[in-house]
Amino acid sequence: MTLLETSGLSKRFGGLRAVEDVELVIPTGEIRAVIGPNGAGKTTLVSLVSGRLEPTAGSIRFKGEDIAGLRAWDRVRRGIVYTFQVTSVYANLTCYENVALAAQRRMMKGPRDRLMLAESRVARDVERALSRVGLTDETRRRAGELPYGHQRLLEVAMGLALDPELLILDEPTQGLALDEISGFCDLVRAISERATVLLIEHNMSVVLELAQLITVMDKGTVIAEGTPAEIERNPEVQRAYLGTDAAA
Amino acid sequence: MNRRIFARVLALHLGVVALLLVAQFFLSPYHHTNLARIMIFATFASGYNILLGYTGLLSLGHAMFFAAGVYGAGLPVFYLGFGAPEAFATGVASSFALAIVFGLIVIRTGGVSFLIVTLMFAQAAFLATLYFNEITLGDQGIVISQTLPPLEVGGAVLEFSDPDVKYNAALLLFAVAFLVCMAIVYSPIGRVFVAIRENEARTRMLGYNTYKYKLASLTISATISGASGAMYALLFSYIGSTFASIEYSIFPLLWTLVGGMGTLLGPLLGTGLMFYLVDIASGLTESHLIVVGIALVALVLYFPKGLMGTIREKWLPWLP
Amino acid sequence: MSLGPHLFLALLEGTVTALVLALTALGLSLVFGVMRIVNIAHGEFFMLGAVLAWWFGSLVGGSALVGFLVALLLGPLVVGAIAVASDWLILRRVDYDPESTIVATIGLLYIIQQIVLTFYGGDAKSVEAPVYFRVSFPWFGYSGYKLVVAGTSALLLIGTWIVISRTQMGLYMRATQQDEEMAQAYGVPVRRVYALVFGFGAALAAAAGVLVVPMQQAHYLMGLDPLLLSFIVVIIGGLGNLRGTLVAAFVIGITDGVISVFFSPTLAKILATLLVALVLVVRPGGLFGEEEA
Repeated sequence: MTLLETSGLSKRFGGLRAVEDVELVIPTGEIRAVIGPNGAGKTTLVSLVSGRLEPTAGSIRFKGEDIAGLRAWDRVRRGIVYTFQVTSVYANLTCYENVALAAQRRMMKGPRDRLMLAESRVARDVERALSRVGLTDETRRRAGELPYGHQRLLEVAMGLALDPELLILDEPTQGLALDEISGFCDLVRAISERATVLLIEHNMSVVLELAQLITVMDKGTVIAEGTPAEIERNPEVQRAYLGTDAAA
Repeated sequence: MNRRIFARVLALHLGVVALLLVAQFFLSPYHHTNLARIMIFATFASGYNILLGYTGLLSLGHAMFFAAGVYGAGLPVFYLGFGAPEAFATGVASSFALAIVFGLIVIRTGGVSFLIVTLMFAQAAFLATLYFNEITLGDQGIVISQTLPPLEVGGAVLEFSDPDVKYNAALLLFAVAFLVCMAIVYSPIGRVFVAIRENEARTRMLGYNTYKYKLASLTISATISGASGAMYALLFSYIGSTFASIEYSIFPLLWTLVGGMGTLLGPLLGTGLMFYLVDIASGLTESHLIVVGIALVALVLYFPKGLMGTIREKWLPWLP
Repeated sequence: MSLGPHLFLALLEGTVTALVLALTALGLSLVFGVMRIVNIAHGEFFMLGAVLAWWFGSLVGGSALVGFLVALLLGPLVVGAIAVASDWLILRRVDYDPESTIVATIGLLYIIQQIVLTFYGGDAKSVEAPVYFRVSFPWFGYSGYKLVVAGTSALLLIGTWIVISRTQMGLYMRATQQDEEMAQAYGVPVRRVYALVFGFGAALAAAAGVLVVPMQQAHYLMGLDPLLLSFIVVIIGGLGNLRGTLVAAFVIGITDGVISVFFSPTLAKILATLLVALVLVVRPGGLFGEEEA
């Protein structure tokens, strides 16, 4: 079944075509990677999907419903969750509070829940999310004090606490140490048992290991799409992306 | 949140209210009256603090909400012969209604724009109290003690000129506002307010319609401010344009900053301290408001977290 | 008088108001544009100019014209120096953080106001106009001094324009306004530019204060009105947009003049204030400003 489908999706900033006519189809349960050189429009693309930016043209369908006109928060409530590329956890709040904000969002359904919620319910979800990313010991620490890699994990925990159907991870392994990366791959695989994952990633070994399909972008358009094996062989991709990567 | 900590917080804050309750039996008449005034203004500051301290929105227009309470309560007493409870209700309702209308218009502006818009609307409101001086009597104002009937509660007749009535009515208002603020700070909505203060864009991406929450914060803040205005009009039986002037927008900012924004006890401490500082200075010089200026500059330069904020940072991290 | 002359009077009054207002608002706009801060104490610099005009006038004694010229020359200099000092002592130390600056300048407002109250007193004092003549129109006579005020303001505005567009200092200011970091990288002494801009902005307000004092007396609380009017002008003109500020000053000055003559000045102010608030709500950058929240 198709979870997400964009057609003719475009975003221009003045004269710059950041995203041009993108058709993206993601079936439920898949791990999809989007790769491409810097400035290819990957982050812009997922910002359009998550509602941080408004598209210049095109449509976005999520579970069959056109969501292009919905504000970001309404998309989150429908299950599209975005984790930031530049970590933007609440640095002054504890890890607990960071995740609690996400966890309580799901529980606040009526006016009464806004004023009163059993904190034990929130706490249970917070603990679960923190333990999934391995941050249980840091519960009471201020998020700003965490090392960078742990802030990224906290960011993911916030995403998990929202119980997403589509989890968008924007450069999640950036700044992680090598041993942290393999743990992270396991985590993403575990997440994908319950949610569809859209992964923007620079680290090709992570992409090749996790993704079922890879979408390659360059200069705002999709230039190739295929399985990891196909993408590795694709000459155009090598020229546009892998080649420059190898040279660097 | 941890039960033990919550018990401690509750004990501390109820203790403060109990202290205020007991204090009236030991204070000289002079301090007795002062403290009644301080508690009303501290209520004003507590309301202001919900918006500035917990939600991170700096308003320079809260005088209009205070004045909405003052006029909303005072005018019906003077013209329609309302009793105190009805007048208090109309006062609170006026500030609530004003906050909703104003909020719907301005809540999309942020930062400096929000500040200037609040300043501008409040100024328009101030000018309006002068413009309609046939009703409000403008600067000169109206004394309502002649028309305000005493309150009968269970056979007892309460005269608003009685200092004990003043003190305990002010205390009741403050205690209720204090507990309401505490409940909000510990509620899910309060958690979202803090999230907006810390990072609004992130909060949107957690699925919160931040405009709605900011509107809620503004409305709660304005209504508490309006309640203090209504109580002030009833207890000190005077309504006038001065309550809508820019001074009354700056004072709650000052009180909140001195006490420590984003702390529950801060507004009370800040109001008390500044009240007495201005009071002492006014005995020394005609230019007593200079302490307001010096305090604001000193706060910004040396003491940005205020009294309670500093105490929280250094010694008592569990303070709300 | 019939409608025509009435309207002519309103336009005349409006033009005088507009020019003085443009001078005051230009100062605020410069400070906002270059330093990205809101200076709540701006009106107090205006007030200081007015009070200094009285002080210089009584110091010099004798000829009102000499006193006036001394005040017009030294008043803005003194006020500018005070502003530079406050920049040095306060604003730079909070690193021009927007909210801290606002709180600090509110503090500055009280400090200036109360010091003036101490040394100058709480009474309004009037200053004799330096020149006295009446220009007679077919329907009414008009104060010649007001026309002098308009002329002087216009000259000062042109002078400011030249400073901004033709001098090294103006180049530094424009560079800093466009991109502070880039300016710094190219060797613009940004800190010093800030201090000078703050001083210059204050001096403009003070010059306006000196000019108006023969028309409306000097009082320690007179700063609030020009502050709010300047806000209105700066917002409608677009925050930090100098050309917009000038256009807006004329729009506001003349509308204010017309509404004040035909209706009530208070109503004019209420309407202008509400208008501005709505402008900000709809277009956060102001009417002429760039679209940016």
